[in-house]
Amino acid sequence: MIKIEKRSEAPNSIYFLTPVLAIFLTLITGALIFFILGFKPLEALKFFFITPISDLYGLSELLIKATPLCLIAIGLSFCFKSNNWNIGAEGQLTFGGIVGGGVALLFYNHEGFYVLPLIILAGAIGGMVFALIPAILKVYFNTNEILVSLMLVYVSKLLLDYLVVGPWSNPEGFNFPETRQFSDSARLPILFEGLRIHAGIFIALISVLLAWIVFYKTYLGFQIKVSGLSLKTAKYAGYKGKTMILLVFMVSGACAGLAGVGEITGPIGQLHRMISPDYGFTAIIVAFLGRLNPIGIVFASLIVALTYLGAETAQIFLQVPKYTGQVFQGMILFFLLASDFLIFFKIKFLGFKKYEY
Amino acid sequence: MSIDINFIGILIGAIMASSVPLILAASGELITERSGVLNLGVEGMMIIGAISGFALMVITDNLFFAIIGSMFSGLLLSFIFGFLTQSLITNHVATGLALTIFGIGLSAMIGKDFVGIPGKEFPLLFVNFKETIPFFGPIFFGHSVIFYFAFLLPFVTNYFLKKTKIGLIVRAVGDSPISASNQGINVLLVRYCCILYGGAMCGLAGAYLSLIYTPQWIENMTAGRGWIALALVVFATWSPIKVLIGAVVFGGITILQLHMQAIGIRIPVQFLSALPYIMTIVVLVIISRDSRKIKLNTPTSLGQMFYKEK
Repeated sequence: MIKIEKRSEAPNSIYFLTPVLAIFLTLITGALIFFILGFKPLEALKFFFITPISDLYGLSELLIKATPLCLIAIGLSFCFKSNNWNIGAEGQLTFGGIVGGGVALLFYNHEGFYVLPLIILAGAIGGMVFALIPAILKVYFNTNEILVSLMLVYVSKLLLDYLVVGPWSNPEGFNFPETRQFSDSARLPILFEGLRIHAGIFIALISVLLAWIVFYKTYLGFQIKVSGLSLKTAKYAGYKGKTMILLVFMVSGACAGLAGVGEITGPIGQLHRMISPDYGFTAIIVAFLGRLNPIGIVFASLIVALTYLGAETAQIFLQVPKYTGQVFQGMILFFLLASDFLIFFKIKFLGFKKYEY
Repeated sequence: MSIDINFIGILIGAIMASSVPLILAASGELITERSGVLNLGVEGMMIIGAISGFALMVITDNLFFAIIGSMFSGLLLSFIFGFLTQSLITNHVATGLALTIFGIGLSAMIGKDFVGIPGKEFPLLFVNFKETIPFFGPIFFGHSVIFYFAFLLPFVTNYFLKKTKIGLIVRAVGDSPISASNQGINVLLVRYCCILYGGAMCGLAGAYLSLIYTPQWIENMTAGRGWIALALVVFATWSPIKVLIGAVVFGGITILQLHMQAIGIRIPVQFLSALPYIMTIVVLVIISRDSRKIKLNTPTSLGQMFYKEK
């Protein structure tokens, strides 16, 4: 017979072993799904997870995709740790991209060292302001932040669509839904000749470092953690709950906004309809897979970035749709959450007894 | 004048038709939430319902199988959610999100061979009344079976929750799972049933889209309707009749927006398309401000994990 008991404390190692278990189970199930759909499972997995990163160019592409995921997930970890469910990072990314892109377009025929910092600042502020909407509504009107932040995703995407089709579209662009190309001063520098990897990765790494310091070395980090574990305790301890909510939303909005400008000043170089392949949603998975721990998030962002690359490769070689990556992303989160069971509960095997009363 | 009146009738009929998937999905989710479970996977279950309904229609050429199959596939997907949140006690929000992401991906994978295949004509009821009765004809007649089912469903749901014993049990489980459990109610069983019912209704809502409303398969064709359905449940403060009203209001915004575009009102298309989402936020703010109002029907244990020492 099996008995399930609640654990009082889980061994530390299990927190980092369960993500590995989740990835392993995802690969097995993924192979099974490929098999059912009539592909050779091992070959499909190879196209998905090995082919894309078997050369230097692939590795650089991996880092390009991991950068926004990591940045957004770091921001989200502030929210999730304090039990605030900001799931509209995609909208904050888009709005940050719009504000940053607007500044870039203002300076489209200017060159100067000040252009790029201005754009980046504008993007961060844009994301921050956009994240403040659900935060303020939550604090002052008691509104559900999950739904508001999510509805705003659609609003920001439609706004972007309006801008690139209408007032901001390239006057010499034959009515394509895109803006002018940004000037060279508005672009993040490329790190290596011949590859697309850009300086945005440093923004992500700095955010990882800052988040680590805040979480583990400051009183603020402690407050965030306590608010997440028990709101009552936080109130009793006299923490300013409302300020905290506004703050974590601002941090995560700013990170998402930075990811947005990182995309448009990095690999893209202009505004168009598709500045993000749902990085804002996928980053939620990254945050969980990384256990809301900054270092964990770095590894998680690399793994999840690989599902993006893998889907692109598999699309070319196996003609599977690009959404296949999402199947893997969803499964990773399923298995991760499921394996969390091992953290909170202990399974005891009691042997078989015939009469149990 | 009679032409104008008929046009308004057709418009109202179209508004009601476009609110059908919202009513179905939101009524299903309402039952799930009333039992204390918050399933954010509505969008994922709807899109899986849409593709499996369409695929079954193409393969079996039988609309009945297609409808049943779509409900069953929504149910299967919600079973994953139920197993994770109820048996493995995972976080409702994260699990629901995973379900949506997974559902959208899987539907595209299954649907890649079904893109561009034309749909089949779905039989409509009382078509001759639609043309002979002015104004009321196009509103009430000439719709599919699912249309009538959807408009009946909120009333049935209301009766079920308020007047039946099982409805009372569902509400008890949602308000206080521990007391319910002490009364000898099997909380897990009740919640599983409510989750599966919600999944089946979401699957049906998806099938309505791919079989009747726009009879074809397009990747990501639910286009955020699942999320609006979720917002509707809050908008309706967990009351089935208000779900119906809310769904028609949202359907109305969608249809009016299309018509305003068609008659050339000089507002950018994107602003009109953003209206339903902005309206959701505005309404959420208005109803959430009054905490007494929202507490009246809110399942107290919504989204909380329930675990009973065995």
